[in-house]
Amino acid sequence: MAKIFQAGPQGEYIKSDCQVLYTPGPTPLEIQIKSKVDALFSSAIEQLATSALNTLGILTGKLQIIDFGALPYVMMAQIETVIKRAHPDIKAKALPDFKDHAKYETLSSRFRRTRLYLPGNQPKLFTNAGIHKPDSIILDLEDSVPPGEKDAARLMVRNALRTIDFFGAERMVRINQGSQGFDDLDAIIPQNVQTILIPKTETAEQVIAVEDRVNFILKQEGLKYKVYYLPILESARGILNAPQIAMASKNNTGLAIGLEDYTADIGVPRTLGGKESLFARSMVVNAARAAQIQPLDSVFSDISNEAGLRNMVKEAKALGFEGLGCIHPRQIQPIHEEFTPSSEDLEKAMRIVIAAEDAAARGLGVVAVGSKMVDAPVVLRAEHTIQMAINAGALANDWKKEALQ
Amino acid sequence: MKKKYEFVKNAAGRLVPTEVNGKAQIPFLGVHGHRPTGQKTAPPISSCSDYPMDGNKVIDSIAEALKLAGLKDGMTISSHHHFRDGDLVMNQVFDAAAELNIKGLTWFPSAAFPCHGPLVKYLDNGVIHHIEGSLNGPLGKYVSEGKMDGLAVLRSHGGRWQAIQDGEVHIDIAVIAAPTADMMGNATGDRGPSACGLLGFGLADSLYADKVIIVTDNLVPFPCIPWQIQGQNVDYVVVLDKVGDPEKIVSGTTQLTKSPDRLHIAELTAKFVRAAGIMQNGFSFQAGAGGTSLAFAIYLKEMMKEADVKARFVRGGSTKYLVEMLEDGLTDFILDGQTFDLEGVRSMRENPGHINTSPFTSYNWHGKGNFASMLDVAVLGATEVDVNFNANVVTHSDGQMLHGIGGWQNCLFSKCTILPIPAFRGRIPVIVDAVTTLVGPGELIDVVITERGIAINPLRQDLIQATLDSGLPIRPIEEIKDEIDDLLGGIPQKPKLTDEPIGVVKWVDGTLLDTIYKLKQ
Repeated sequence: MAKIFQAGPQGEYIKSDCQVLYTPGPTPLEIQIKSKVDALFSSAIEQLATSALNTLGILTGKLQIIDFGALPYVMMAQIETVIKRAHPDIKAKALPDFKDHAKYETLSSRFRRTRLYLPGNQPKLFTNAGIHKPDSIILDLEDSVPPGEKDAARLMVRNALRTIDFFGAERMVRINQGSQGFDDLDAIIPQNVQTILIPKTETAEQVIAVEDRVNFILKQEGLKYKVYYLPILESARGILNAPQIAMASKNNTGLAIGLEDYTADIGVPRTLGGKESLFARSMVVNAARAAQIQPLDSVFSDISNEAGLRNMVKEAKALGFEGLGCIHPRQIQPIHEEFTPSSEDLEKAMRIVIAAEDAAARGLGVVAVGSKMVDAPVVLRAEHTIQMAINAGALANDWKKEALQ
Repeated sequence: MKKKYEFVKNAAGRLVPTEVNGKAQIPFLGVHGHRPTGQKTAPPISSCSDYPMDGNKVIDSIAEALKLAGLKDGMTISSHHHFRDGDLVMNQVFDAAAELNIKGLTWFPSAAFPCHGPLVKYLDNGVIHHIEGSLNGPLGKYVSEGKMDGLAVLRSHGGRWQAIQDGEVHIDIAVIAAPTADMMGNATGDRGPSACGLLGFGLADSLYADKVIIVTDNLVPFPCIPWQIQGQNVDYVVVLDKVGDPEKIVSGTTQLTKSPDRLHIAELTAKFVRAAGIMQNGFSFQAGAGGTSLAFAIYLKEMMKEADVKARFVRGGSTKYLVEMLEDGLTDFILDGQTFDLEGVRSMRENPGHINTSPFTSYNWHGKGNFASMLDVAVLGATEVDVNFNANVVTHSDGQMLHGIGGWQNCLFSKCTILPIPAFRGRIPVIVDAVTTLVGPGELIDVVITERGIAINPLRQDLIQATLDSGLPIRPIEEIKDEIDDLLGGIPQKPKLTDEPIGVVKWVDGTLLDTIYKLKQ
């Protein structure tokens, strides 16, 4: 009996994905397709399969596709996965078109209030992720992907980065640890990845190793764009090395903490109050601030508990964090709301910024609002507050015009 | 042997048969194009002398009542769908007809549900010739496969009244399942062990059918108060152990959506209604029973509270969400057309502001005005919308017949009709270049709200102007379509259809709007 190779999800209720089976053999290539969307896309699917196999250099054997409405890039990834499971030596790639809407840029200074985790092997969650306007999306190759599916998720994420419009969200990927992570980088770096999340970072050397690899790939591919790094600290050792890690690369944009793993590492349960992680969180805030990068808090794992989430954001904000991870789109809006300055704070900040500009225009070294003198750090904080409000859509970009009238 | 049909092109440019189930048809003449003349139809004259003076019309069994009502081959039996998937009566009615060896019946329900699957056998053996009404479940599948003898005639709730009133459909025997009734036939739906809310869909049947049978499991001493069906229109009353399963009255479409994408669409819809200046003191709205529409009502409720705005009336499909609005004082009235959950049923019993209505007051074409066109905003679903804002609710882009029309067509006449819909489902596009089946003419559809932006019908410059500075993602519908075509992998091929019709779609005035064809195997 010829061995049959498989790719794609198993079980019931498969949506927007497909199963692909490949039986290598000497007979000329045979393709069988059964699709839920036959009526609309039968010829498009046949064309896609033929062309993908052609690109991969497959001329023999039998390929079966059982399709549950997979988008083209998803089907291409599953076909490539099954072929490479059968022939690990094949180097060719079946790449979908690189869409213009996937080529936008990011800035190191942008806000990262929310970063939405998307399991790398669940493409149905990718399609509309950007619609919920997280500041960043994370295509995750690490903990949310089971060990046996790493190869498939890597190709899925690669294809998604070329195809999906994330509507301006920063394009992040969380890679695996060690050599698997390097394989991840090979696949995804050429796809306009903007930020690499480095999981379970414990030393500055880990960040440097990733950066070296990324620079090597960029050079090899002749690419010029910048890739940023976001180390995640998830252990006691990582926390104690936080200052070195934060400064390990000039392309670090933030420092994040992963509380599930951290609390496990120090041997205590994670509580809603979060007393057990106060030291670690403060450490991350201070290490990040010292390196002038963004301190980013962990995720809140109970999707249905909005009040609990809001409490965690309030506390994170009070500790000095600038953002949280999200595991569901429903968490984005509450987090953004909590990071939006109140109208009193905003009015005060506007008065301070206008007074500061006025003072600068008149060549005065001292800023006064009413009868009160204002220090430089207070002006900085006011500018920060205004930027937060603009970012949250609570204030227009040209707010000054209106305020000065 | 399949019947040959002749087709004509109607005012919407669609080909429709000249004859359906043996009756000559008028092609669609435009949204307001058709004005029938003459008199409305009327039931036969009856005399008190022929009925028991003591008012007791209770008969032993359904079969006995059908016999007394003069059931014969080829007659039309009607029913209503207030029990939705919990109806226990109509399968028994056709069992009785089969035992009486009757053939060639037309069933004229306001809607059929999966619970009526057992009736497939009577379509097969000829007890039922064909069904005219919204079809779901196994019956829908049966008709989609082209197995039914006649054509499925899909009408709106208002269109059903129109067809009864102008004589297009003559009901020989109406069977009205009633959760509570007295021996004279006065009946109500808002109480009793099988309480389902109201009985508005059976009201026309009670007024115009030759014979009317009330079937109840809760016979109360005369008088049954309140009554929605009047005993003076009723011929016989049959008492069963159980007429409906109240648990299944709560239809699957009344679950609040958990999908973040649908919630996003619902929120955009509420924001649009606010930004367009519709949400003002004394306004009115109707939101359907789909998950997204329900979520819209919840978002709108919060915005109304925040802005201190109160509605004058809300049209339902009532659900617990509308009941909360009524009980929180956010609307003076719920004008209820069908009760979707048990909270709605309770409220109808308890709240004087929760009013039972019927398709005559709300939707009817042959009335002197109706509620639907007075609504400030109606929020409805759709399976497809095209770039000309034409919409479809009965088939999917792959050509499968799936849904009935309900009150959908009637609500299109609201002052602002909004369709909050996903731009695609899985890999099936919802925004398309041309709808598979035309059910709602584009000139009546004002706004389409998808997760990828809001498209306003260019005919509604007023809405475009009103929302210009709203900050909402307003885009041309073609742009949204291009975006999803690119995502889904190009413009899909058209489903392969035969030239064999399996059903027709009526416009609210009884003219033929479109034809549904059998899919090629």
